[in-house]
Amino acid sequence: MSILKEALESGKFGVTAEMAPPKGYDFAEQMEAAEVLKGKVHAVNVTDMQSACLKATGLGLCIKLKQAGVEPILQMTGRDRNRMALMGDALAAAGFGIDTMLALTGDHPVVGDCRDSKPVYDLDSVGILKMLTKMEETGCDCGGNEIAGGAPKFYKGASVTPLYDPMFLQVNKLRQKVEAGAMYIQTQGIFDLDVLKRFLEEVDKAGIKTHIMAGIIPLKGAGGAKYMNENVPGIAVPQEMIDKLAAAAAEGKEKGIKGLPAKLGMEMAAEMIAKIKDEKLCDGVHVMAIGAEKNVPTILDLAGVSV
Amino acid sequence: MIITQKKPIEEVMAMVGDAKTVAIVGCNSCATACQTGGQPQIDELTKVLEAAGKKVVATTICDYCCMNLGVKSKMKAINAANPDVVVCMSCGDGVQCVAKNANNKPVYPSNNTMYLGEAVRFGVWEESCRFCGQCVLGSTGAICPITQCAKSLVNGPCGGQKNGKCEVNPENPCAWIKIYERLNATGELDKLSKTREDKGYGDFAYPRTISLRGK
Ligand code: SF4
Ligand code: SF4
Repeated sequence: MSILKEALESGKFGVTAEMAPPKGYDFAEQMEAAEVLKGKVHAVNVTDMQSACLKATGLGLCIKLKQAGVEPILQMTGRDRNRMALMGDALAAAGFGIDTMLALTGDHPVVGDCRDSKPVYDLDSVGILKMLTKMEETGCDCGGNEIAGGAPKFYKGASVTPLYDPMFLQVNKLRQKVEAGAMYIQTQGIFDLDVLKRFLEEVDKAGIKTHIMAGIIPLKGAGGAKYMNENVPGIAVPQEMIDKLAAAAAEGKEKGIKGLPAKLGMEMAAEMIAKIKDEKLCDGVHVMAIGAEKNVPTILDLAGVSV
Repeated sequence: MIITQKKPIEEVMAMVGDAKTVAIVGCNSCATACQTGGQPQIDELTKVLEAAGKKVVATTICDYCCMNLGVKSKMKAINAANPDVVVCMSCGDGVQCVAKNANNKPVYPSNNTMYLGEAVRFGVWEESCRFCGQCVLGSTGAICPITQCAKSLVNGPCGGQKNGKCEVNPENPCAWIKIYERLNATGELDKLSKTREDKGYGDFAYPRTISLRGK
């Protein structure tokens, strides 16, 4: 059974991290990170050419993680794969014991680094979830043909952007995702607990029952935070945080100490995680360290969270 | 209407190649409205061809280059002039229809066929329908998610909009916010609550033919 499922459904505080496959075929860096994350998180999302930038296929890294004893979450977008390719990947994944996935729409190729690639979008995130749910219920593939040996079962997830105007659209789509079979939800990075609380209220009002894991992005510096505010949809780092990071950088420069902003970023992330857990706001956290996965255990330690 | 854009003239001249005599077929419908296949564009092309030493032996304008019967009768005069090649200034459909009626003379397109669009004002055309074959406008406030959403999402938005603009082209509003606003205004927000049935693509293998005459 999916380790994440076991954790979330038994009422444990779920913890996931995230990793991108290499732009190449040397997975050494990812495997080093895997060693560090082993035993510290329930599972690790493997991104599917995030930001529409070409990487080795996520399934490849998922298999490697699984073999290294780290539970992978196969992210699946509809951008590059039609329903046949997605289902084929699901079957191949199941063959390697991968049983947890997360459906996403996927960033459009024109915003990525292979902009001439044909966008597919045969299925959106809701469609992917529906297809897998139907497969599990009927034992049949996307054409209605019987799957030899029966259909594999996945613990299916989806994402949501809590900072969205009009909120109606996000909550409405979240409901559709849950109805389509999503059993856990990871949010976009949260930097302001009030934003999260407002969103959770709306989810409650809509009567949506699911496991929500708050997205946590450890900041590395003021510049990066500003960049995300300007460029990443659904992200708003409060000015106060940016100022503190800038102050940490200035202090580091004065004292000749490197890495103070990143250290502060980790502390802020840990504080956020601890609050989310203590106030029982969410059922878990999803830490997106964006290349700094080796810091995740430290952040979790600071937050007093263990799996 | 079908929106067309002129090809670069060099591309047209390269297709005409060393043909000595040329006939030009314009279209009185969409291509005239798009200023790509009406009389002024025929005159303009004639001048360019003549400046390159070609002889324009016949020109005509079909009411609709996409209607075989009308094209057939208009092409009589063109074929009588026996040109080396024909340049058709319509959409891609018109070019194919004209070619069927051109006595095996080469027929070349002068336009690129872009999309089905609306003339929002003089000289400005916006893409509006991608011929999905299963119109969902009835539940989306008469705003097409297949066309106006860059990912053709049918169950609501991706997370990518920023300040109401689409992640793919920040000059475009996010279609789903427009749909939300329209349905909010018409009091039909409940139309968004149901996930749309996925119809798949099995019935859309092309080319297709629709006939009112039975099989
Ligand atoms: S939904 Fe859009 S693309 Fe499909 S037929 Fe209607 S207008 Fe055209
Ligand atoms: S931002 Fe809006 S219009 Fe653009 S792809 Fe996403 S949902 Fe579609």
